[in-house]
Amino acid sequence: MANQQQVICEHCDCVYEKVTLAKHQTALCVRCAGVLQRHNGLTVQQRLALTVTAAVLWTFANFYPVMSISLQGLKNSATLWDSVVALSLGPITFIALVAAISIIIAPVFQLLLLIWVLSFALAGRRSPAFKLCMRWLEALRPWSMLEVCLLGAMVAVFKLAGMLDVIPGTGLFALAALSLLLIRIAGRDVRDLWDTV
Amino acid sequence: MNSPPTARELNLCLCHTCGQACDMLQEPTECDRCGAPLHRRKVQSLTRTWAYMLTALAFYVPANLLPVMNTTMLGSGADSTIMSGVLEFWQHGAWDIALIIFIASIAVPGIKFLSLGLLLVTVQRNSQWARKERSKLFRFIELIGYWSMLDVIVVALVAALVKFQALGTIEPRLGILFFGLVVVFTMLAAMSFDPRLIWENPHNEETSDELIQG
Repeated sequence: MANQQQVICEHCDCVYEKVTLAKHQTALCVRCAGVLQRHNGLTVQQRLALTVTAAVLWTFANFYPVMSISLQGLKNSATLWDSVVALSLGPITFIALVAAISIIIAPVFQLLLLIWVLSFALAGRRSPAFKLCMRWLEALRPWSMLEVCLLGAMVAVFKLAGMLDVIPGTGLFALAALSLLLIRIAGRDVRDLWDTV
Repeated sequence: MNSPPTARELNLCLCHTCGQACDMLQEPTECDRCGAPLHRRKVQSLTRTWAYMLTALAFYVPANLLPVMNTTMLGSGADSTIMSGVLEFWQHGAWDIALIIFIASIAVPGIKFLSLGLLLVTVQRNSQWARKERSKLFRFIELIGYWSMLDVIVVALVAALVKFQALGTIEPRLGILFFGLVVVFTMLAAMSFDPRLIWENPHNEETSDELIQG
């Protein structure tokens, strides 16, 4: 019923035959110049390895303070969770939920789902609830904003550096590595799993 | 220039979730591969995009006028808005940080409103003007949209850190709630817009009928 040999441009609805791409190659739509296909440079094994790495980094980024400050001998440090809690106080609780989803919950679910489907894919099988997992991976992608969180943390460092001493923590470095990794492993090319398993 | 056939002409439909080209001969309602609902065009795309965008625009006003945080140092407190934060950095010579915050918080939502407005109006008028460029414009605003969350994160981190009771505290204020809502609603607006409408052929009766129905 469905056609595996064709690819439809999501930006303008043009239909093309699927092509095999070499390294660094990208197929563009001739009509709207949107990306049709991109070369997927990661094997299942590599992607799984990077995902496990990212999961370890996620625990560092969440359990170690992102930064510490000191003011006249007083010290304080904050983790990602502390900053979500700081937003949840007062009449603005809703925004704490948005922040929690975008910097903690969406990334961790992306990682767990990836580990789940990739572990089975490594054995050449489809995981239980494969369809559901793949659909959630699509749905979570736009709401996972770790790279924004990274830039935000760096701006916060500069903002506070003016009035007190700021020390970037382990969490910040883990966050930096994690946000870059997540762009690589949780991108659109995860969809290739539909064809390979 | 000869352009390839469209999915509508070949009676195919793109599944937005798994990217499969689905055959529409039997009018399936969901993708046979991933089970996601299938639509030839996003349902009620223009109406929903307008609604989300106008909601975001309404929140954009309090987001910029209300204070986003309150700094109390040694007993004296001061509210600051997004713009006053930018100006403060600028006056202290940190023009690069000022620029980052200005672009992420004020320019990006502004560009999104203008671009989405332009796309919506041109699509509704069945305009043939600069279709390729409008396609690119849409991809650009999809890309930059979520960077506006920057200020929410900055306020959250700063408020979590500076908690020294009498010496100094920083608390988030109502403005940041509206600010976050602007980001969420502009993202929803961009997601409900269907870029394929830009390429719709105005001479096609069927197409314009569907446009009116949404």
